[in-house]
Amino acid sequence: MNDSKSLRKHIAPHIAELPKSGIRDFFELVNTMDDVISLGIGEPDFVTPWTIREAAIYSIEKGRTSYTSNLGTMSLRKAICDYVNREYHISYCPKNECIVCVGVSEAFDLAIRAITSPGDEIIYHEPCYVSYAAEIRMSHGVPVPVSTYEKNHFALDPEDLERAVTPKTKAIILNFPCNPTGATLTMEQTERIAEIARKHDLLVLADHIYSELTYGEKTPSIASLPGMKERTIFLHGFSKAFAMTGFRIGYACGPADVIDAMMKVHQYSMLCASITAQDAAEEALRNGENAMLAMKNEYANRRNVIVSRLNGMGLPCLKPEGSFYVFPNITSTGMSSKDFAVNLLNRKKVAVVPGSAFGTCGEGYVRCSYATSLEGIRTAMDRMEEFVKEVRGEK
Amino acid sequence: MELKKQILRLLAEDGRMSARDMAERLDSDEKTIADMIEQLERDKVIFGYCAMFDETELPENAVKAIIEVKIRPERDGGFDKIARRLSRFPQVSSLYLMSGGFDLMVEVKGRNLNEVAMFVSSKLATIDGVLSTATHFLLKKYKEAGKLLQEEEPHERLQVTP
Repeated sequence: MNDSKSLRKHIAPHIAELPKSGIRDFFELVNTMDDVISLGIGEPDFVTPWTIREAAIYSIEKGRTSYTSNLGTMSLRKAICDYVNREYHISYCPKNECIVCVGVSEAFDLAIRAITSPGDEIIYHEPCYVSYAAEIRMSHGVPVPVSTYEKNHFALDPEDLERAVTPKTKAIILNFPCNPTGATLTMEQTERIAEIARKHDLLVLADHIYSELTYGEKTPSIASLPGMKERTIFLHGFSKAFAMTGFRIGYACGPADVIDAMMKVHQYSMLCASITAQDAAEEALRNGENAMLAMKNEYANRRNVIVSRLNGMGLPCLKPEGSFYVFPNITSTGMSSKDFAVNLLNRKKVAVVPGSAFGTCGEGYVRCSYATSLEGIRTAMDRMEEFVKEVRGEK
Repeated sequence: MELKKQILRLLAEDGRMSARDMAERLDSDEKTIADMIEQLERDKVIFGYCAMFDETELPENAVKAIIEVKIRPERDGGFDKIARRLSRFPQVSSLYLMSGGFDLMVEVKGRNLNEVAMFVSSKLATIDGVLSTATHFLLKKYKEAGKLLQEEEPHERLQVTP
């Protein structure tokens, strides 16, 4: 009874059938090698700014070691609502329209669980963050991907989106700036998507985790458009902008009924986010802006370098307006994304993530993160250039 | 204007950065950057380049002191006249007019304690208008010009994350 074969039948089918993230396999492979320059990292290479770390230490020193309200500390929720109002021009009430979670991942999970009934269709754009489809399936929903294309700068084409809407559609997920493409939406596209959401009475889950890392003009959140606040769940967190991945603090703002439903799931599954991390997050909002802007400036410089190098070696690469990823087209090498990534790793010890890990339409691309030092990026680009030359010579 | 600031930010981090390197980072071209730097030099916005290094490597800089100086401002010229006079001494590496309990903060370098002390007592304190001095010798440096002198240990990161 206790051998693994007989236990497997006890695993719930919808979990057993979930594919493992394509990134996971690749991670295992990279981990077997030494001296790899990794452009495969989806987190800032900066250490959390000192003022934030110091606030966490002080919080512990003061003996703030208890649970907090399920929604998060009131002072953090106030700081978040002030910030969202200031930066995104959407006004939320800290009492009942904001919940602090363990990373935006949890906020996303809560949102999906709170809104999805079995069979509900949820639309998202691909290539995208690896968790979306899995999260929807775990809630017995039906993930409906809509492909985005290089010719559209990987922005979601509103017409493609509308074609995917059916009577069963419950919600649309938007993640712009996008992981893995770095794409952003124009105001016009955002307005058109909002129109579709209103017309078909859909919810929008707006994942803003990379919003601060927008290098051109920031497109307003869809939640700020007329008639949209009441149907949008605004998801955000501290990991990327403030280099706080390990603190695991994210949040959701939205209509009180939705936040209340999410709070129930959170209350029974997580209780609350770490108080230390919540105190640190509050400091990030109060005094972290300069450090954040300095990091953003550095990312912008790196982006220019990596885009120019990739295009220079004949791998066409758009210059993304946000996040810290570029998504070069590698089809000219005649390799699949996975072969490209595996061979590049084996031959030149540079790790990039195959685009196919982010959805089938990511095939033909690889994701390179520039959240690594400029020196590392330049060395990686030198090696990649050698690799591309060799591959072309072999053809 | 934005480019000018961006150039200054890069030079503040690395004064030896080449125009070519900057052009790549700032998505500009080498000539534009080189011209802009030249203009900044002409305008004295950039007024010099120097290396940051462990100063104790040079015997003439082995000892450093910060001296608080109280002075009597002059009728014509205020603090400036004395400050300018003091700043001409090569031993003075920096000099600032301060708000608060004293007037001038003078940074002095020398070969040893005695040399610095001699400078203070024989040159600085004797200048007409200098009312008092308080000399503080530097014992250990932790951070200078925005650079931490004890680097943090690199933290462990996963090699591939979503």
